[in-house]
Amino acid sequence: MIEFHNVSYRVNEIQVLTDLNLRVARGETLVLLGRSGSGKTTTLKLVNRLVSPSSGEILVHGTPQEQIDVIKLRRGIGYVIQEVGLFPHFNVERNIGLVPKIEGWPEDRIRARVREMLQLVGLPEDLASRYPHQLSGGQRQRVGVARALAADPDILLMDEPFGALDPLTRDDVQREFLLLQQRLQKTVVFVTHDLREALRLGSRIALMEAGKLVTVLSPDEFVKSSDPWASAYVRAFGEGLESAANRGTS
Amino acid sequence: MNVIRFFAENRSDVLEATGQHLWLVGWSTLFAMLLGIPLGILIAHRMKLNNLVLGGANVIQTIPSLALFGFLLPLPWLGARADRLSILALTLYALLPIIRNTYTGIRGVDAAVVEAGRGMGMTEAQLLFQVELPLAVSVILSGVRVAVVISVGLATIAAAIGAGGLGEFIFRGLAMVDNRVILAGAIPAAVLALLADFGVGWIERRLKPR
Repeated sequence: MIEFHNVSYRVNEIQVLTDLNLRVARGETLVLLGRSGSGKTTTLKLVNRLVSPSSGEILVHGTPQEQIDVIKLRRGIGYVIQEVGLFPHFNVERNIGLVPKIEGWPEDRIRARVREMLQLVGLPEDLASRYPHQLSGGQRQRVGVARALAADPDILLMDEPFGALDPLTRDDVQREFLLLQQRLQKTVVFVTHDLREALRLGSRIALMEAGKLVTVLSPDEFVKSSDPWASAYVRAFGEGLESAANRGTS
Repeated sequence: MNVIRFFAENRSDVLEATGQHLWLVGWSTLFAMLLGIPLGILIAHRMKLNNLVLGGANVIQTIPSLALFGFLLPLPWLGARADRLSILALTLYALLPIIRNTYTGIRGVDAAVVEAGRGMGMTEAQLLFQVELPLAVSVILSGVRVAVVISVGLATIAAAIGAGGLGEFIFRGLAMVDNRVILAGAIPAAVLALLADFGVGWIERRLKPR
């Protein structure tokens, strides 16, 4: 679905990513885990070409990325970032309907799709006319997910989407995300620095450090791993992680 | 009270001069917007041109207004008509606040919002017209507001090269050493400046994104 072949990225002589090889399979949630500056967000932005690789090749749906028109590529990939990504001057309806609108869908179809999306993420329909600043953090985040899903992309990129939420709301939206993902089976690349979130949401976890991919493990393997970086992470997050790895939607 | 009588007796002259004044300010502001807003957008996206363009507009601003009107006189087509020439000079003065505020307004749009739009597949034109300009509009308009107020004041100088406007009364009054005549130009000019400030401010508030 998404393949990285020997991808490196340099900017102003600074090596941000080195020789990345990674495959994201259809329908899985691959979590990119790492600390700030490890290159995880850059890796994510390489997929929708907000960043272009200095060397190496990225395949999306088996096609080398540079053979796909960049605007078309991006419209086929949902993108969720921390709550700031909503347009402050668009109401909820226009925010969610953005990609369908620029794709030229007829108005009534967009409206129907917006209603459908609000329902999907569990928001009441009368929110459609509100503006982002009139919503709570959790509602904004759900709108962000609804917007990313509106044009029914196969791939979803999520850059610390739940990072700014309070713990209880984060717990809610994580559970909703898992339920949603069971239904929709999108190919998801999810960036986080929170190991608990990674263990709960990921089908696999790609651990990154200093621009390099350290290892890719399943959540169960991750908590038992003898890899020094992985075990350092597990130690830093303390006890009770084995149960986090199996917690799922409960 | 003498001033009021003077107004009453010369009403049609004052109104005509006010009309000329508005003509000069209106066209120059329009041209400055047509030139300044695209330039501001350009330098907000091509940062390398930033110093060149803002520096150039700054230099124009430092030329004494009377001197600028004089410098422009030898220009062929423009020099033939004083009002064209005045409009050009006023346009040049109005550029700086408009370019600078357009630049500041667009640079001030949250980078994460723009990147989200780009990441979802908006084209650069869609980003500009649907995201950057709507979010920068109140900053841009406050630049226009400054430009209009400056122009209303500066347009009085246009009378020095025979372009008419309220400056006529001011220059005539100075020559006649008659305060009533000076005030017949100065008061309407001040009122125009206040009205323009209020008017553009009103539009600014109407268009302000939430």
